[in-house]
Amino acid sequence: MRDEPAIILAERLSKAYGNLPALRSLDLSVKPGEFVALLGANGSGKSTLLRLLSGLSKPTGGRLRVGGWEMPGEALAVRARIGLVAHRPLLYENLTARENLDFYGALYGIDRRERARRIQDSLRAFDLHKRADSLARTFSRGLKQRLSIARATLHQPDLLLLDEPYSGLDQRAVALLDEMLAAARAEGRTIVLSTHQLTRVPPAADRALVLSRGRISFDAAIGSLDLSEIYRSASA
Amino acid sequence: MKTPFITCVAAIVRKDLRAEIRSRELLSVMGLFALLSVLLFSFALELDRQAREEVVSGVLWVTLIFASLLGLNRSMALERDQGGLDAILAAPVSRAAIFVGKLLGNFVFTGIVGFVLLPLMTALYGMNLLRAPLILTTIIGLFGFATVGTLLATLTVQTRAREALLPIAMLPIVLPFVLTAVRATKAILSGAAANEWQSALGMLAAITLIYFLLCLLLYEYVVGE
Repeated sequence: MRDEPAIILAERLSKAYGNLPALRSLDLSVKPGEFVALLGANGSGKSTLLRLLSGLSKPTGGRLRVGGWEMPGEALAVRARIGLVAHRPLLYENLTARENLDFYGALYGIDRRERARRIQDSLRAFDLHKRADSLARTFSRGLKQRLSIARATLHQPDLLLLDEPYSGLDQRAVALLDEMLAAARAEGRTIVLSTHQLTRVPPAADRALVLSRGRISFDAAIGSLDLSEIYRSASA
Repeated sequence: MKTPFITCVAAIVRKDLRAEIRSRELLSVMGLFALLSVLLFSFALELDRQAREEVVSGVLWVTLIFASLLGLNRSMALERDQGGLDAILAAPVSRAAIFVGKLLGNFVFTGIVGFVLLPLMTALYGMNLLRAPLILTTIIGLFGFATVGTLLATLTVQTRAREALLPIAMLPIVLPFVLTAVRATKAILSGAAANEWQSALGMLAAITLIYFLLCLLLYEYVVGE
């Protein structure tokens, strides 16, 4: 990433699907190493914002810089430094955990020997090594989510984007996910995590943002967080 | 930093082949459809030798097109359902490499069906379809179908009516392939002069090349949003 004070910088960022606005003139700045929880009801624009940040979608107005690169023009450079975890695990059901990681590792240009080493480390770190050669279709939702995060971090991204990662997870899996996110945070990665569960702010997060109808309606450091304020903002 | 083109293509082809060897989801559907089609044509058209010569090239290509359509639809639906295409698009790879990777995977699957079909039709129709020029025509024709099909399946898979939409979008576009491929096949099977089937084959190769270049350029726009 380029040496910039903000890893994400959005100025009057807009996105519309036909006549339907999803993001309206949004201003946002995220510092390197910051962990931002993006909260909001379904349809508030969270997934759209994450798709814009990951280069999967193009803005219809405003300006977006990620890691110092202009989006979408320089998206190719940005993609190498981003890890994406969507609400779907983005895994191939008929491949094993190891094969899934190997495939994505190859797409990120990691050479074969280094890839094998990182896959082994990653499978251990995410406690998946005992199921390394099992097909992804035999995994529970929680296991798939762990494998999905292993996939998204294999290339050691600077920016980790997670879209509704808590969906469908039981309490144990949620606790494990929080641990993994805290570890990623401690490694200095910038994290942007979206969730529609307003009370589900990850413990390691530094900042909470609430999106409502495509606009940021609340932005505060976690220390000064007032849940009633969040509820009011989300339903505004 | 962009992942090298070849690395990306090889990874996608390897992934598709590996998943298919395990599930046999595409090949079983395409193979069974092709088998039933040629059997049905063979029983429905009780033909004498001369009439068989007339229709066999049409039966071959119609069967191949519809079998390809089934496979292409399923192949892209698997990418969409498992969300894999989004993850591939989020990686630092060129869209052209993704297109070529998916195209080669689809080509291998349709190719396998094609090469099962040729000996099968040889047995059923009592005509030798295992001739080098005909094998070459089949390879080029199927590559052309896979090219157009990969682009259009990526486009239609994002819609709700994808299964109906792909044939509607694809059949008019592949018409030049079908007509040229049928012409070449007919000339080869009837034992016509070499220059007759060679010109048809050359035309088929030229159409395939033009479509390949067009699809390569258009793929970026198809997956752009």
